[in-house]
Amino acid sequence: MSEAIASQPQRNIISRLWNDKETRSVIIQIIAFAAIFAFFFFMVRNAISNLESIGKDISLDFLSQPSSYDISQSLIEYSSRSTHFRAMIVGILNTLLVAVFGVILATLVGFLLGVLRLSKNWLTNRLAYVYIEYVRNVPVLLHILLLHGIIVHSLPLPKNALNLGDAAFLTNRGFFIPSPNFEPLFWVVTGLFAAGIIFSIWFSRYAHKVQDATGRHYPVFWINLGAIIVVPVLAYFILGSPITWEIPELAGFNFKGGMVVRPEFVALWIALSFYTAAFIGEIVRSGISAISWGQTEAAAALGLSRGRILNLVIIPQALRIIIPPLTSQYLNLTKNSSLAIAIGYMDIVATIGGVTLNQTGREMESMTIVLLLYLTFSLLISSFMNWYNKRIKLVER
Amino acid sequence: MRVTKSAAVAAALSLTAFAAQAATLEDVQARGELNCVVTTGVAGFAAPDENGRWEGFDVDFCRAVAAAVLGDGEKVKFIPTTGKTRFTVLNSGEGDILFRNTTETMSRDADLKLTFLPVNYYDGQGFMIRKELGVTSAKDLDGASVCIQTGTTTELNLADFFRINNISYEPVAIETNEEGITNYSGNRCDVYTTDASGLASTRAALDDPSAHIILPEIISKEPLGGAVRHGDDQWSDIAKWVVNALINAEELGITQANVEELASAAGDNPSINRMLGTESDMGAMVGLDAQWAVRAIKAVGNYGESFDRHIGPDTQIGLERGLNALWKDGGILYAAPIR
Repeated sequence: MSEAIASQPQRNIISRLWNDKETRSVIIQIIAFAAIFAFFFFMVRNAISNLESIGKDISLDFLSQPSSYDISQSLIEYSSRSTHFRAMIVGILNTLLVAVFGVILATLVGFLLGVLRLSKNWLTNRLAYVYIEYVRNVPVLLHILLLHGIIVHSLPLPKNALNLGDAAFLTNRGFFIPSPNFEPLFWVVTGLFAAGIIFSIWFSRYAHKVQDATGRHYPVFWINLGAIIVVPVLAYFILGSPITWEIPELAGFNFKGGMVVRPEFVALWIALSFYTAAFIGEIVRSGISAISWGQTEAAAALGLSRGRILNLVIIPQALRIIIPPLTSQYLNLTKNSSLAIAIGYMDIVATIGGVTLNQTGREMESMTIVLLLYLTFSLLISSFMNWYNKRIKLVER
Repeated sequence: MRVTKSAAVAAALSLTAFAAQAATLEDVQARGELNCVVTTGVAGFAAPDENGRWEGFDVDFCRAVAAAVLGDGEKVKFIPTTGKTRFTVLNSGEGDILFRNTTETMSRDADLKLTFLPVNYYDGQGFMIRKELGVTSAKDLDGASVCIQTGTTTELNLADFFRINNISYEPVAIETNEEGITNYSGNRCDVYTTDASGLASTRAALDDPSAHIILPEIISKEPLGGAVRHGDDQWSDIAKWVVNALINAEELGITQANVEELASAAGDNPSINRMLGTESDMGAMVGLDAQWAVRAIKAVGNYGESFDRHIGPDTQIGLERGLNALWKDGGILYAAPIR
């Protein structure tokens, strides 16, 4: 046998390499990588040469030109004299606003739905089930358009606005609320609030340490609540309410003064949140169901109360299952916010990827910027969630 | 060594394979179909009728070019685009020509690398508002919510107009015309703004057109015309002279009905003879045959006929000729002569 092999030295080096599992996998990887690289190289080169052939260059100079268009919802100072770059920042902030509010609401509603789905009450259980199946089987764009249509068509015009205590007004142009003007003394309240947060972080650690050492248990939640909320609120009233409110007033076509929450924001926010919540509900349900009943029984046998069983035994284990799929739901919500353009909410796609693109004709540059921005947001969310996931992971000793 | 060499050659060839082509006429004739970039639907200008056939004033220009180039006005593939995607579609080569209520501006011409064809509709931006609000001038619009179709020159004009007059407004920028109308009729906005022709078209499509008025102010110049890509002069010449031919046809009294008769033999008017190919071969100058203009006029009629059929006073849209009357009738429509 060994003679036979030796008599055909290096019969075929390629087939020998190919038959070796390790080298084969390396070869395949190199080929795949080269193919992908060549493909993208070709695409980019082709795009650049095509642009060149019609005389278009690639340049970001347009970002410093005046934008010449207005944006209805802006969190920073902005006018049509501002630059395209500033318009982009306005768009980024609007996207982040709806994403952050959306993630918060979706999480709250999602967890509630998940718990309702586990309810032993037949009706609640079925209602949550029907809701989830309906919402997640209809495209989110339809939810957004439907909700926007409902708000615009069913709420009254500004002159017949729903008057809420002469301070807030509900119309189909938006929800007009008083805006606060902070007087100097208000900064004391802000300072106390910040101090309260710092105190509560320290106190939680301290209480934990004491409990570890002595077994003594402090009512951490209530003391922190007092430090963060009650103390600043008391200070606010003792200082004589150092905020004046600017009340919106009907002037001509619309309300003026105060703050306004636009129907476009509300429609997008609510639709995205409730849509994503349906998925989160299922994730939460499966996460909790995955914890075996034996754990609950064992904890009960130790004499833990129901609440503590949930807090100390079920939820920490369920979270480990819930967090990874939850991350992709957060990513989905952020990316789905790009549907905003359908109803005229001025997000990234509508500003830099929309009006700016069209006014300057810089589609290559604008779309690349939009792409990179979404990629950045998604990677940030992912890395935060991964960090959190690592923190709550089972500590193996 | 040989292997790598031929691989390099193959790679170099494939890299040039997708480069934009310059000879649009040959491409179109080889394909047997003209790809024409139009709107997603503006009644009277370009919209599919109940049978799904595209109809309208802009559509007629597409058909005229197709008739001149391919011999059949039906050989057009219409590419509906939003305000945002139209130039990309044209510049990428997906569309051969664009007739899409498009305003000619310097930046579009020079920076977006378009070549504009002669203006086929002189327009200006206006405002439409509900009669019941009792507004008579655009300067009284302080604080109003204004619906705009995004991706158009309207956004710039609007921002400039309100800034110059020092009045405020809330812009509601919507992607398509249809969504914009939905928002306006749902009272999300007090005002709808776009080119006056578009307003007339939009108003005609509303439930009760008489409840809405178009304010007298025209806040911008909007010379609307077709466009092709930079860099193919033969193709832009063809498109340009088809547009000129339709306008000249009206001036010379050539109609859809009489064009074949006039083209059958040379008459006493040399201008008509030249255009219809009975005297000297003008078509050869742009790479077409002598009958190019005959086919274009046969397909859609002259400028005035197309105007009256789709957007004129007797249609739902009800636009007057106004600036778009021939120069000899008091308008500014003045096409270069074919000679």
